[in-house]
Amino acid sequence: MKPSPLTYHRPRSIDEACEILAGVAHEGKVLAGGQSLIPLLSMRLAAPAHLVDIGSVSRLDTVSASPELGVTFDALATHAALESDVSVARVQPLLRRALRLVAHPTIRNRGTTVGSIVHADPSAEMPAVVSLLGGTVTVRSVRGVREIRADELFAGPLESTLEADEIATSVTVPAARPGTGTAIDEIARRHGDYALVGVVAQVEVDAGAVVSARMTYVSAGELGKVVDYTDVLRGASAHDDRDPLWQRMAEKARDTVETEADIHATDRYRSQLVAALTGRVGFAAARDAVLDDARVPMQTGGKR
Amino acid sequence: MTNPTHNGGRALSRRTIAEQVEDLHAETGEHHVAVTFTLNGVTQTVVLPSRTLASDAIRHHLRQTGTHVGCEHGVCGACTVLLDGKPVRSCLVLAASLEGRSVTTVEGLVEPDGTLHPVQQAFVDCHGLQCGFCTPGFVTTIAAFLEENPSPTHEEATEAIAGNLCRCTGYQNIRAAVLRAAEITRERSGGSPLGPDDEAARASLDAKVRGTTAPVGGKAARA
Repeated sequence: MKPSPLTYHRPRSIDEACEILAGVAHEGKVLAGGQSLIPLLSMRLAAPAHLVDIGSVSRLDTVSASPELGVTFDALATHAALESDVSVARVQPLLRRALRLVAHPTIRNRGTTVGSIVHADPSAEMPAVVSLLGGTVTVRSVRGVREIRADELFAGPLESTLEADEIATSVTVPAARPGTGTAIDEIARRHGDYALVGVVAQVEVDAGAVVSARMTYVSAGELGKVVDYTDVLRGASAHDDRDPLWQRMAEKARDTVETEADIHATDRYRSQLVAALTGRVGFAAARDAVLDDARVPMQTGGKR
Repeated sequence: MTNPTHNGGRALSRRTIAEQVEDLHAETGEHHVAVTFTLNGVTQTVVLPSRTLASDAIRHHLRQTGTHVGCEHGVCGACTVLLDGKPVRSCLVLAASLEGRSVTTVEGLVEPDGTLHPVQQAFVDCHGLQCGFCTPGFVTTIAAFLEENPSPTHEEATEAIAGNLCRCTGYQNIRAAVLRAAEITRERSGGSPLGPDDEAARASLDAKVRGTTAPVGGKAARA
């Protein structure tokens, strides 16, 4: 339970970090918060010869949010910092809702959201959130800067499409739109544990009826894949979850989202959770969209 | 050096840090780093293998063994320390990453005159530990939690300790200790242990007590 021998680098600037990483390429790994990487090192599931710790790079923990540009957070912004940012919660409320489900506060104090995303763990919440929202990851190397769209970010479990010499420097997600609601929920054995199944939903509602519905899954289905339920759900009531369309969507989820068995749950039980949570979270997102609608006239027609 | 075992430490300290790092690298074939950080108020430079975890640096190299190492992969919470005042798992931080930071362990929570920290006193008062292995992690976690939320509810206290494992107590007394620590903190700052004694506080306390107390046996609960 100790990391294998390694060479530690502590660059002071992002350019220096890129140069070091380019020099060690496939032998190197970037360390930010380390809340996913260090357990892998300790269990020797990963044994990079070089570790490039970007923790001392200055001005890499900025969080900015605006209705036009969405939310952008840098590589060293911790889950806790993003979760407690008031303007982030206003511009894209799904981030805070999801971050509260990420591990325990103690882990969120150190873990970074960008790191969690590019770590590409299929049982983590934030990759699913970024996929659903259609975010972009900005990566940097000695060769330059490029952006990777969320739908091109994940190559498989624990595998992102970043090159070996690239460092993810920030992630941007679009702002929430009026009339579109979001929700997230998961079932875990203890609060803060990895979810047996989690569902993230984005539902657009017009005049009390669903217009479109998209979801991503945690610990189920394919990492980063957005499942579109618009066909089955169009016209479903955003006020009444007894509308049979909700049930039909849940059944479709059970049939289409693949689940696997492990020590914590059988694949059948996971499929049952997928069906139940898809219905529940989808409806919560529809309610959120309706609440948004109700809030908008109050804000614009207020006394100001 | 006639007596290396005796003079080793002193002989080393006369050399520059960079030389020590080089020597250790040559001797062991392993990359070493020099890290300067503050542990419980004392700033020091330590030379250690770069793969060393913060938990091991604190326990093995700096001999502060109050911090306990349980699972060593971030699940149990026993190794929780305060990094710049925020609780983190010391087994999930490399010692090399501590450069320039400040770490407080369970030892560092004691007042300079030896008075126990309110959380430590509360664990004594409430019998919040049995074997004591998990306790340092709970104490640091709760101390930081009470800084942010000085008068938690029963539910908030439960939530606060959800990330730490204890295999002895069943958690009831630890949760009681969270609430007791809040009382002690209020008491020490000169206030009433139950909080400010005003109309609003009395009303909320009334609601809390009446809302949650069920008579023993539960027979009269429905009346």
